[in-house]
Amino acid sequence: MDTAIDIALKFAAITVAFVVVLLIVAYTVLAERRVLGFIQGRLGPNRVGYGGMLQPFADLLKFILKEDIVPDKSTRFVYFLAPVIATMAALMTMIVYPFGPDIRIPFTSITIPLVIARFDVALLYVLGVTSVGVYGIMLAGWSSNNKYSLMGGLRASAQMISYELALGLSLVGVIMLAGTLELGRIVEMQSGWHGLRWFIFFQPLGFIIYLTAAIAETNRIPFDLPEAETELVAGYHTEYSAMKFALFFLAEYINMFTVSMLATTLFLGGWNVPFAEDIFGRGTFLFGLVSAVGFILKVIFFLFLYIWLRGTLPRFRFDQLMNFGWKILLPLALLNIFIIATLIFVFPNL
Amino acid sequence: MSSATIPPQFEIVDRPLDTQMTISMGPQHPSTHGVLRLELVLDGELVVKATPDIGYLHTGMEKLFEYKKYQQGIVITDRMDYLNPLGNNLAYVMAAEKLLGLEIPERALTIRVLMCELQRIASHLVWLGTHALDIGAMTVFFYCFREREKILNLIEAASGGRLTPSYFRIGGLMMDLPAGFENRCKQFLNDFPQAVEEFHKLLTGNKIFQRRTQGIGRISAEDAIDWGLSGPCLRGSGVNLDIRRANPYSSYEQYDFEVPTEPDGDVWARYMVRMRELKESHKISVQALSRLQPGPVKADAPKVVLPDREAMKSHMDALIHHFLIVTEGFDVPAGEVYLPIEASKGELGVYMKSDGGAKPNRVHVRGPSFVNLSVLPVMSEGEMVADIVAIIGSLDIVLGEIDR
Repeated sequence: MDTAIDIALKFAAITVAFVVVLLIVAYTVLAERRVLGFIQGRLGPNRVGYGGMLQPFADLLKFILKEDIVPDKSTRFVYFLAPVIATMAALMTMIVYPFGPDIRIPFTSITIPLVIARFDVALLYVLGVTSVGVYGIMLAGWSSNNKYSLMGGLRASAQMISYELALGLSLVGVIMLAGTLELGRIVEMQSGWHGLRWFIFFQPLGFIIYLTAAIAETNRIPFDLPEAETELVAGYHTEYSAMKFALFFLAEYINMFTVSMLATTLFLGGWNVPFAEDIFGRGTFLFGLVSAVGFILKVIFFLFLYIWLRGTLPRFRFDQLMNFGWKILLPLALLNIFIIATLIFVFPNL
Repeated sequence: MSSATIPPQFEIVDRPLDTQMTISMGPQHPSTHGVLRLELVLDGELVVKATPDIGYLHTGMEKLFEYKKYQQGIVITDRMDYLNPLGNNLAYVMAAEKLLGLEIPERALTIRVLMCELQRIASHLVWLGTHALDIGAMTVFFYCFREREKILNLIEAASGGRLTPSYFRIGGLMMDLPAGFENRCKQFLNDFPQAVEEFHKLLTGNKIFQRRTQGIGRISAEDAIDWGLSGPCLRGSGVNLDIRRANPYSSYEQYDFEVPTEPDGDVWARYMVRMRELKESHKISVQALSRLQPGPVKADAPKVVLPDREAMKSHMDALIHHFLIVTEGFDVPAGEVYLPIEASKGELGVYMKSDGGAKPNRVHVRGPSFVNLSVLPVMSEGEMVADIVAIIGSLDIVLGEIDR
């Protein structure tokens, strides 16, 4: 009986988390268009609903109603599979992030954990699952039977695999400091000292490397070569239309969201809000609420950074991108590990 | 002709054909600036061969000139280089004026210079915006178009048209500048240097932009001359040639301006030349504005220049002239003339041949975009796909002028 309730609760948690995440992603798209509009001295979508608030739903409707075009010479099965893989891989990482501490509902003894699954290898799981995402893009590029798509797919696979190395190595510092791969524990370790125990203060270099590699992982400007609309038309999703295109689009924004969550969790103290513990006391409902809101705000900060970069920077060239990844980021990531190792060696009680 | 003087960025390894990929870039490609089609032979990301294919916008303009009266031809010129229509107007109009031997009043000359320089700024702004967009910097595009909008508003105020003004007429201007134009123009010219600084901040100092443009698409001064390049593309290779300076027309000899050149001959050099030209054009515009003196804007040639509305209502001969010019046109003495001007993209020359009568026997246009495009295969060999769009952007082509 208990297991049945457990399963039901888990399902509820998963549903709620996914709906919330998808809503945030949908509004990230809107925010991107509005903020870009602001940066570029224009309005952006502001017609559907108040200030454009219903635009994501209008877009969804449009995507559903558009004709779904499949190129004649495409490899059909793979062509259908690719967007599914991309979206699935992006969504699957969602379950390990702690959105906040356990929340106790007032006047009852029920506590709700604000994380779907807790397991010891969470960080490895995240890295593994995001790596699968590259298959979606690569297969999309290959199966479309379009030369631009193919080049986009090739660029994507080369880029994402290269930058994954730097990304992974930049996380090693965090793992060494925390001594665990479980995200909840990593967040716990960063609490206290009024926010000064956030890992960003111990390894700013690692943070910068992670951020750079994460932008490359999600194919955003200045690393948006797989799409590079002015070179490759639309890169790997040139031939995709309607809902299939929407899935790729969704995957890209979910990926943005998840790498932002990972950055928050690992470097900015996750749901830790300075002084929240002193004011509300640990374990209270308000504390949980403030923490969860703090987490979301930190994530939104990263999302804003993404949009800001897009409004500012030009695009790298392919070989420059590769050089940057292998010759600059990777050695720096190794240096970061060395620094952290020295730090731990000198101050064993850190 | 080979480009042996400057070796390409990457060495092309001779590999069997099946490792290469032929890709058709355009005519519907986001960054071929209209309907240019390129046939690219690629080895991975490396360009082995690039062949431009033009003609998707062919409208038969040069033939059309022969069926239109001289004054009707002005309208056609608007549609050649549609980013620099006033420059086209000027070349055409001046060629006809030379055949007719007309003397243009001082005020008309000054207004022509002013409008042409404003148009040059507008044209360069479109180039800058699209060039930056091709390289991935999206915001610059909107900032450029914001500034260009102000110039188009000025041109609209003067001529009634934004993209196709047809403001210059054989023998002068369509009409004088409207009331309040000078103040609006002054305001724009006051604000413009700040906008240029903004562009410099966004692009010139940006490391990514520098690495995307420096050393890309290089051409030496000798090659540039041999290929017949002109305008900023030529000056970007260090050749100091500007027709406004070398062979002044429309009173350009009275203006104080520099001819910017850069020695490197790469995309960056052409970028810097145009950026500096923005400032020079601004300088010329300010001077032209301060020179404006009241006076007539049409030549004293009643058989060629349309009379004022007011005159037509009170003078019989004005009405007759108007009727004759509109219905039969005016006779241009037999002869031929080639008249080059410095348009925003390079040497724009109009060759005009007259047998007498109201229609030209032949009009040929030497379009700078067409000649500058011809060098693309040389520049792009051994570069990467991403460089191709940067090179096309730096050549600043307009397909309306290439296909004519």
